[in-house]
Amino acid sequence: MDPRYESLYEALKNVHGYIYPNEISLTWSILIVEYPYITGLVAGAFILASLNRVFKIKALEPTYIISLLTAFAFLLVATMPLISHLGKPLRFWEIMITPHSTSAMAIFGFVYLWYLMIVLLLEIWFDYRYDFVIWSREKKGVMKYVYKILTLGAMGTSEKDLKWDKKIGYFITVVGIPSAFLLHGYVGFIFGSVKANPWWSSVMMPVIFLFSAMVSGIALVLFVYMGINFIRKKVQNMPTLDSIGKYLFYILIIDFTLESLDQIHRIYEANESFEILSMLVSGKLFFTLGIMQITVGTLIPLLILGFFQFFKPADKIRRIAYFLISIFVLTGVFFMRWNVVIGGQLFSKSLHGFTTYNLGFGGQEGFLMALFWMIIPFGILAFLLWLLPPWKKAVH
Amino acid sequence: MNLKTEKSSRRQFLNTVALLTGGLLVSSVTKPFNGLLAASNKPEGNEPWYGIGIDIEKCIGCARCANACKEENDVPREPFYFRSWVEQYTIKNNGEIIVESPNGGIDGFSQSVPDEDIFKSFFVPKMCNHCSKSPCVQVCPVGATFESKEGVVLVDSNYCIGCGYCVQACPYGCRYIHPEKKTADKCSLCYHRISKGIAPACMEICPNDARIFGNLRDKEGELVKFLKEHTCHVLKPEMNTGSKLFYNALNQEVK
Repeated sequence: MDPRYESLYEALKNVHGYIYPNEISLTWSILIVEYPYITGLVAGAFILASLNRVFKIKALEPTYIISLLTAFAFLLVATMPLISHLGKPLRFWEIMITPHSTSAMAIFGFVYLWYLMIVLLLEIWFDYRYDFVIWSREKKGVMKYVYKILTLGAMGTSEKDLKWDKKIGYFITVVGIPSAFLLHGYVGFIFGSVKANPWWSSVMMPVIFLFSAMVSGIALVLFVYMGINFIRKKVQNMPTLDSIGKYLFYILIIDFTLESLDQIHRIYEANESFEILSMLVSGKLFFTLGIMQITVGTLIPLLILGFFQFFKPADKIRRIAYFLISIFVLTGVFFMRWNVVIGGQLFSKSLHGFTTYNLGFGGQEGFLMALFWMIIPFGILAFLLWLLPPWKKAVH
Repeated sequence: MNLKTEKSSRRQFLNTVALLTGGLLVSSVTKPFNGLLAASNKPEGNEPWYGIGIDIEKCIGCARCANACKEENDVPREPFYFRSWVEQYTIKNNGEIIVESPNGGIDGFSQSVPDEDIFKSFFVPKMCNHCSKSPCVQVCPVGATFESKEGVVLVDSNYCIGCGYCVQACPYGCRYIHPEKKTADKCSLCYHRISKGIAPACMEICPNDARIFGNLRDKEGELVKFLKEHTCHVLKPEMNTGSKLFYNALNQEVK
């Protein structure tokens, strides 16, 4: 037997009921699970940063720059799982140069570039411009020139210059919030607009994607913020943690409500796809949806965060709880993406049966590749934190 | 002087606005259901506009169509890739529906349900519906999938990036990513044959004339005659894909 088809012959043995013969192999793998996951982390982290800037929430201030750099690090990688999943990865640029106007996917490149180049890069640059100037004067050797280049020749350090930096930065943030909403709402639309798939086809999809993105982004910033403090042996700022926890709690409630509404609507309407979808949820997706997404990723964090809104146990307990919650929520949202992408392909569009998904270890779309694209953003973030240390920024 | 200029420019502006509003109003009254009409009509032109008819009552489930398709179009022989296949539907007395298509029917069918439990059983050949409002064409991010002027949905494999969005968008499961080419693949209605006036391989090989291929614009043609004489339905009409694959005697159980 040709080894390329081994896993498919194995899957063929595990087909339940009837599926169209072309449906045995899943077209979209774990890499496409990662694509909306990473994009969501970006949008969520950015929205947290914007909340801080626009609404001037004092307690969130220490996370502002960290949120932006985290969003940037993940955004640089966001397209990579998508590109490495393509049958013809070297043709990816065709989306940019010959986009097909009716395709929901074709606009991704432009939405992405708008967000990367116009919003995030500019915002970070205006935030750091003054520091670049200062660092280019203070540093020696190569770094002096690196920072000098990063100033792009804008060397002004007067009060007026600083005021302008702030003004433009604020304007970009205001533009950035709808952009972040657009970025991730749009990713939801890529799935929600597929009418052939009853598990995806829902007008709620963009909204659900957006709120779960905010949830995951806030959890990521919580995780990164605590991780940085731990590595730098700094004391965790409890008001900051409590504040992030509070926002995470609120957004998580909205997210859970929206997802429940979608499910309740499906159950109550109970149209022709209802039987197969309820079998999917209670069978193939029981672990990833019931346990990982709902219990671990949503209910447990909700209960603990809810408890913290009324009672404040000792700092140490809250610290541990916040750290665990960030991991739980990040895991839960990952499985939410899994349940959408993989779950949507496990049942047949004939509505008569199921196939299975075997995640391979190596290969173009295996576990190692997926892990690689999850680790890389943390590497980029570490580099960014070294190049642009938020703790060495001048206090204005 | 200044006041006069201002007044006249304001008047001009009001005139333009009134003209535009009136124009819009008139055009919306005279062409109220323009979009709807376009949706249900054939596109303009005199070229052939191809469709397919399948007579379920005539299909004997030999699946020679599925085999001929693989031979003709270099479709991988593994049982995971089909441009054309045959399904055996068995509806049991208790209402249970059993669908089978081992290797697309190419190796033959066996009936797993005892005769006394069968309410009815029939074969349904499947292939691309060559939809006139096809979701696969709509979603292709680079336009590598397109509809030819004859209404045939094709893939340009030199242009396809292999993203698989079209595979997800097809409600009928008619597309797959070719394991060697790594691009989307599907029934081309044997475009290389029909453009030379030869019938598609699956049509030509059918021993019982269960498959009809023809020009939907040709009122005297075989396909239009078939549609006139039979009560035909398309698969999943609720999808509104403008399917051009018409089945005679299609049971509502068939998806």
